[in-house]
Amino acid sequence: MPLADAVTTAWPWNPLTDFQVMWSYPFMVNAFRAGAVIAVLAAAVGWFVVLRRQTFAAHSLSVVGFPGASGAVLVGVAAGYGYFAFCVGAAVLIAMLPGSGKGRGEESALTGTIQAFLLACGFLFVALYKGFLNGVNSLLFGSFLGITTSQVLLLTVVAAVVLCVLAVIGRPLLFASVDESVAAARGLPVRALSTVFMVLLGAATAEASQITGSLLVFALLVLPAATAQVLTPRPGLSLVLAMVIGLVVTWLGLTVAYFSPYPVGFYVTTFAFGGYVLARLVAVVRQASLVRRGPLLRSAV
Amino acid sequence: MTAVTSGIPAQTRTEPTGQPVLRLHDAGVRVGGRTLWSGVQLSIGAGEFTAVLGPNGVGKSTLIKAVLGLQPLAEGEIRVLGQAPGQAGRRVGYLPQRRNFDASLRIRGTDIVAMGLDGDRWGVPLPLPERFSPRRRAARARIEEVIELVGATKYAHRPIGQCSGGEQQRLLIAQALVRRPEILLLDEPLDSLDLPNQAAVAALIGRICRVEGVSVIMVAHDVNPILGYLDRVVYLAEGGAATGTPQEVITSETLTRLYGTPIEVLRTSDGRLVVVGQPEAPARHSDRHAPASAEEADRAAG
Ligand SMILES: Nc1ncnc2c1ncn2[C@@H]1O[C@H](COP(=O)(O)OP(=O)(O)O)[C@@H](O)[C@H]1O
Ligand SMILES: [Mg+2]
Repeated sequence: MPLADAVTTAWPWNPLTDFQVMWSYPFMVNAFRAGAVIAVLAAAVGWFVVLRRQTFAAHSLSVVGFPGASGAVLVGVAAGYGYFAFCVGAAVLIAMLPGSGKGRGEESALTGTIQAFLLACGFLFVALYKGFLNGVNSLLFGSFLGITTSQVLLLTVVAAVVLCVLAVIGRPLLFASVDESVAAARGLPVRALSTVFMVLLGAATAEASQITGSLLVFALLVLPAATAQVLTPRPGLSLVLAMVIGLVVTWLGLTVAYFSPYPVGFYVTTFAFGGYVLARLVAVVRQASLVRRGPLLRSAV
Repeated sequence: MTAVTSGIPAQTRTEPTGQPVLRLHDAGVRVGGRTLWSGVQLSIGAGEFTAVLGPNGVGKSTLIKAVLGLQPLAEGEIRVLGQAPGQAGRRVGYLPQRRNFDASLRIRGTDIVAMGLDGDRWGVPLPLPERFSPRRRAARARIEEVIELVGATKYAHRPIGQCSGGEQQRLLIAQALVRRPEILLLDEPLDSLDLPNQAAVAALIGRICRVEGVSVIMVAHDVNPILGYLDRVVYLAEGGAATGTPQEVITSETLTRLYGTPIEVLRTSDGRLVVVGQPEAPARHSDRHAPASAEEADRAAG
């Protein structure tokens, strides 16, 4: 990989020059821009995914993105369009299944079956497009090379639309996610909310796939939100925290991947996972200190 | 069997005075082609405490849903605060029958209560500091007040998944109360609570009814924890219903007539009522609410 070579020649290590060199590559600048957009979007949508316990649906959508992307490459379109078409299409389908969105029983079996078939189709498309075998890795595990300025623009527009819709339906969606029967009794369109959210999830999954690949979308979709919710039970705060965590792990992952020969998906996922483990540790320590302080407080009263 | 309703001579004496907050006239419901109950007559006055009783699967939750406008009637009419069901909006508070919140749900009790206040509003609130927004100040004050009322101040800031069943139930009652409803519909709020908590939550609901003047309609499996607070009971059976004061309805005679099978109501020395021989409703193939129906039936029977 030429990038890694470029870095080794820059020895002795000088961070400032290294960053200047990194920023002088337009594709790196685009990767950071796209990464920021994707991280914020995925964290916001993922925050509801964690709350609604829809990680199975998110996983299904991401797997469906793979045949979409490889099919798009096969017919000569950018992979990004394939991700969007298949993820959003599958989201609409899942939303239309009876008793949608809760990932239970028969429905999840059906989703799983279709998902397996589509994954197989993806491999077929890859096999049909003979020269493309090297690209499989980046479709499955992510890549930041070759994100063009127009792709950044598309990602930004889609993210802006999704975030606007999420802002409008946010509070009712939170209500319906936590307390569906009361929300329904209040006259909220619970069913429609879950359909709309599914479509937003499809779009967010398609975006996240473009950095982390199909198989690692959880790194941006689920881990930052799960980490934030471990750290604080305040809804507003944990939503913002999730976005910050997503942004930090993405940029960190991109930077480290630039300076190393290993893929970006690995780094983003590892940092996100590390953050989650750290958060759990913090929670355990906090809990322990609360327990220790408990009897003290009581004896003081 | 529907004749039971009119067959209680004393019922006329207990008709509420003034405008009833809830009125059912010959109401009947069918689900999946089966009539759950029909010919139900009921009139509830402001500030009354009414219990809805009956065996599992008889349609108690369905009655609550009909009052909320979530379940259409097959016959008859329901008027809630003089309007069609579902029209009274924030004047009706509701606590659904439920299992507990998932232990891993990371949302605070206060947030659950706040959802009752403005969780159904679209759009994002301006992130103005409270100092500049009288509306947010008022909202926060109301949330604190209602949490205080149910006695949940100590644990309202904890994630609700980590609260005990009784604590969750109090917070949910606060959520149902936060908009100052005139009617409170509670579906088995004492379900899955231990006995001391049952008594405490029952006392809380009784106090809300008496002190705050809220009309309470509460589904219960066991009448004893709330017996001291009740003005009126509705006993549902397949087909019909018996309504009236507890003394009139929870008797061997009325229940035997209602269910068409010998039923004995015994009174223990400490004033508890024990219903012996209460039939389970038939054809209960998909009762999602009754994971432990055998156990609950035991509880109801004794
Ligand atoms: N939407 C529905 N479709 C078909 N059957 C239903 C539906 N809702 C409830 N039921 C059935 O109606 C009966 C009464 O339900 P429910 O009102 O929950 O009883 P209860 O609350 O008295 O235990 C049950 O047998 C239940 O399976
Ligand atoms: Mg019920």
